[in-house]
Amino acid sequence: MPKHFLDDVDEAVACVRDGDTVLIGGFGKAGQPVELIEALLRTDVKDLTVVNNNAGNGDEGLALLIAEGHVQKMICSFPRQSDSWHFDKAYREGRVQLEVVPQGSLAERIRAGGAGIGGFFTPTGYGTPLAEGKETRVIDGRGYVLETPIRGDVALIKALRADRAGNLVYRKTARNFGPIMATAAAHTVAQVHDVVPLGGLDPENIATPGIFVQTIVTVGGPVAPETTPEHEEEQ
Amino acid sequence: MSGTLDRQALAALIAKDIAPGSYVNLGIGQPTLVSDYLTADQDVTLHTENGLLGMGPAAQGDEIDEDLINAGKIPVTEVPGASFFHHADSFAMMRGGHLDVCVMGAFQVSATGDLANWHTGAPDAIPAVGGAMDLAVGAKETWVMMNLFTKTGEAKIVPECTYPLTGPGCVSRVYTECAVFLIDDQGVTVRETFGTTVEELAERMSVPLRSLD
Repeated sequence: MPKHFLDDVDEAVACVRDGDTVLIGGFGKAGQPVELIEALLRTDVKDLTVVNNNAGNGDEGLALLIAEGHVQKMICSFPRQSDSWHFDKAYREGRVQLEVVPQGSLAERIRAGGAGIGGFFTPTGYGTPLAEGKETRVIDGRGYVLETPIRGDVALIKALRADRAGNLVYRKTARNFGPIMATAAAHTVAQVHDVVPLGGLDPENIATPGIFVQTIVTVGGPVAPETTPEHEEEQ
Repeated sequence: MSGTLDRQALAALIAKDIAPGSYVNLGIGQPTLVSDYLTADQDVTLHTENGLLGMGPAAQGDEIDEDLINAGKIPVTEVPGASFFHHADSFAMMRGGHLDVCVMGAFQVSATGDLANWHTGAPDAIPAVGGAMDLAVGAKETWVMMNLFTKTGEAKIVPECTYPLTGPGCVSRVYTECAVFLIDDQGVTVRETFGTTVEELAERMSVPLRSLD
């Protein structure tokens, strides 16, 4: 299927439907696809299940998606933070459900979803309240908990740069959930600073091969000088 | 005999106990202080769960870069030889037993090394676990840095945790202002005390204490 290269974030999120599971990248502000989330805020999609490490911060992005009623369930590892007041309020009022998942199990469930794995046994959470109701097994004397894969209808991620094949590179700790979420959604939308021609990225350094990406939307914005691509420097 | 250790002295002691060449994860809060006392000779590599091995000190001024943060979402720096990776790889490092030591805070530690540090169990609390469970059971050694007593004077090393567990039987050492405790199949052993004695501690604690000698 041909990839979509867009400049319009609103067009990029038009694939999100009511009731979808949406994987949203980012850890704190690093790697958060801010422009895509803001575009989603301008839609009237509802009943979303959102997978993210957190449950929104301050008065922006994911926090507003929750506050404005787009989200019916959060799957995350760390919802409660000093500035997660919109989630806290919606949760206490019963407007949003919460599934808390240990961060490594969240990452591995997404990885499994993208890799066609039907589940895995992890020692994380064994003997704790987060294992309640889950199948457990003792393997070679150690206790494990069965965790199931997570797949998304859509993934919204942020990368530094794409090429025309849809290959992605990231920047520093902004990589976080991007590469695994890209694999685990039916439709992955990556917002990037810029798109370079074929051959403009070193194949040895691709973090997400283009097969995992359906839509690339260029958002521009500032970027640190050492990551300016060569073709820009030449201009 | 001097008094109990302050947090800085405790952080320095933990740093000194980390073996040269170790890969280490320092939890959010007090354990972060340990990094201030690691020496270049120790050649310790710091891991942060959000995808960086080779984390340097907190970023200052022009070094601040919103794409380069630690697990506490504080801007940090990278050292020469650093690597970046995605979340599944980062937690493979933890869960796969590749980290030598992690240092975490705790609400309670049991005499058999159970750790409780993610949830007070209060009915109205919103649960949030982050990477604590993966780290606790994944690192080769899980060390706890905490105050030995609560504000109301109850010992936080207990026969059985009353708070919800983070991981069972995972803690091997507890560093506190009063003493360093080693936990193994034999129970709780006091390695050293600061401004107190094993006998005095035994009176204030409800777990059996052994002396090292």
